[in-house]
Amino acid sequence: MPTETVIHNTPLAGEHAALGAKMVTFGGWNMPLQYAGILAEWEDNRKRCSIFDCSHMGEFIICGDAVACGLDRIVTQTIADMPVLTCRYGVMLNDQGGVIDDCIVYRLTGEAWMMVVNAANIAKDAAHVKAHLSGNTPFRDASFETAKIDVQGPLSRDVLKPLVPGIERLSYYGFEVLDVAGIRCIVSRTGYTGELGYEIYCPWGQAVEIWRRILKDPGVKPTGLGVRDVLRIEMCYSLYGHELEENISPLEAGLDKFIDGNKDFIGKEAVLRQKEAGNHRTVGYFVSGSRKSPRAGHTLYNGQGRAVGTVTSGTFSAGLNAGVGIGFVEKGENVLEKKILFGDDKTKTEGMMTRRPFYKNGSLKK
Amino acid sequence: MSGAVEIIDHYLYTKDHEWINIEDNTGTVGITDYAQNALGDVTYIELPKEGTEVEQFEQFVSVESVKAASDIFSPMSGRVTEVNRALQDDPGLINKDCYEKGWIAKIEITSSEEASSLMTAEDYRNYLTTIEQ
Repeated sequence: MPTETVIHNTPLAGEHAALGAKMVTFGGWNMPLQYAGILAEWEDNRKRCSIFDCSHMGEFIICGDAVACGLDRIVTQTIADMPVLTCRYGVMLNDQGGVIDDCIVYRLTGEAWMMVVNAANIAKDAAHVKAHLSGNTPFRDASFETAKIDVQGPLSRDVLKPLVPGIERLSYYGFEVLDVAGIRCIVSRTGYTGELGYEIYCPWGQAVEIWRRILKDPGVKPTGLGVRDVLRIEMCYSLYGHELEENISPLEAGLDKFIDGNKDFIGKEAVLRQKEAGNHRTVGYFVSGSRKSPRAGHTLYNGQGRAVGTVTSGTFSAGLNAGVGIGFVEKGENVLEKKILFGDDKTKTEGMMTRRPFYKNGSLKK
Repeated sequence: MSGAVEIIDHYLYTKDHEWINIEDNTGTVGITDYAQNALGDVTYIELPKEGTEVEQFEQFVSVESVKAASDIFSPMSGRVTEVNRALQDDPGLINKDCYEKGWIAKIEITSSEEASSLMTAEDYRNYLTTIEQ
């Protein structure tokens, strides 16, 4: 039977068109790539305040005792001991220890949870989660009724203060149910850009109202997925489809600190086996010696010219005024300040392995 | 979008969105307003060496934007006599002023008859309407 590919629109599609955004298909969604231009939007985010439409991301609502209903086993981090009104980052693994997706879990009440997942993986993740929850656990895929608007940048708290009473109470990785311009929303403070920032989860039908109210502040600029990718690469955050895949383990992806070895989780045996063997490739971070940027798919070569890995993400970093890249390299080659070359058979450019993140002056925790 | 795209009347154009301005036997080459807009912010340019011989429609420059790398093809055959070194420090000149300060290279033209395979401004304007449909 032929399958039809449906491209979804977020509730803000009309707003993006009115603002003249360049649109692109991403993860099955019609999304804004850029408005004023990636470098201008970079400045807006790092120096002032940006607003992003992230309504394409998925939200699941799960009710139950985290351990008894099976939710705790689905995520590599411990969920059961999370305080109410906090968020926690983790990954979901398959039995082979490969990453099905990364996610942020919100503890709404003692026995109610919201799991936020990547847009392209909503259907796959919903099937995986449902398959591993105990039979009678209430599960609701709220992805197509929940819009998500991210407000990020050093001035984001000042921008939201007049519209969101109580916003200043939120601590990093905390959230509350707050009124945003009079509309009840979940407002959290996690951030994916390296800057102070908030995520507003609101009903699909009220996203336009909230978007317009926030954009009334002339200090806020609409911002697309293009610069979001640059910002997250500058922070060395993983992105599904790049540093995370079903054939990549969280150890390879450098997510060791998000794996709780003291509890049971799907894929644990495979991860422990890999850890014991200790010969796996690891993710590394490198800076180009020039403005020339590495690109996903480029080969990485060591100083002797031997192919030792592959680039998974690369871009031009306005913060460093140089190309920056993330990639997987053979064990033994991921050494700080070691020379590395990136490119293909025709052209190779010199770079140097470095410490994460590339961008160090963000306002994330201020 | 075509209404907003700037096109210079007396330049000639390629299907890959390069322009050439021929004066005497020298052609100044760059990329069009349409191309710079499609690329987005240009962050790096790999210029050819002066003296390089190029064939018509052969790749001779590489331009990178934040998003991706793109090849630029020479509109005509010739020898590169000069490159715009200002682009090395400020590749964004291509975005700001693609027809003047953002020129890429000058070539001494070897086959002037090749100009007949290029588009006039009017042809290029019509061509843009076809690719945007």
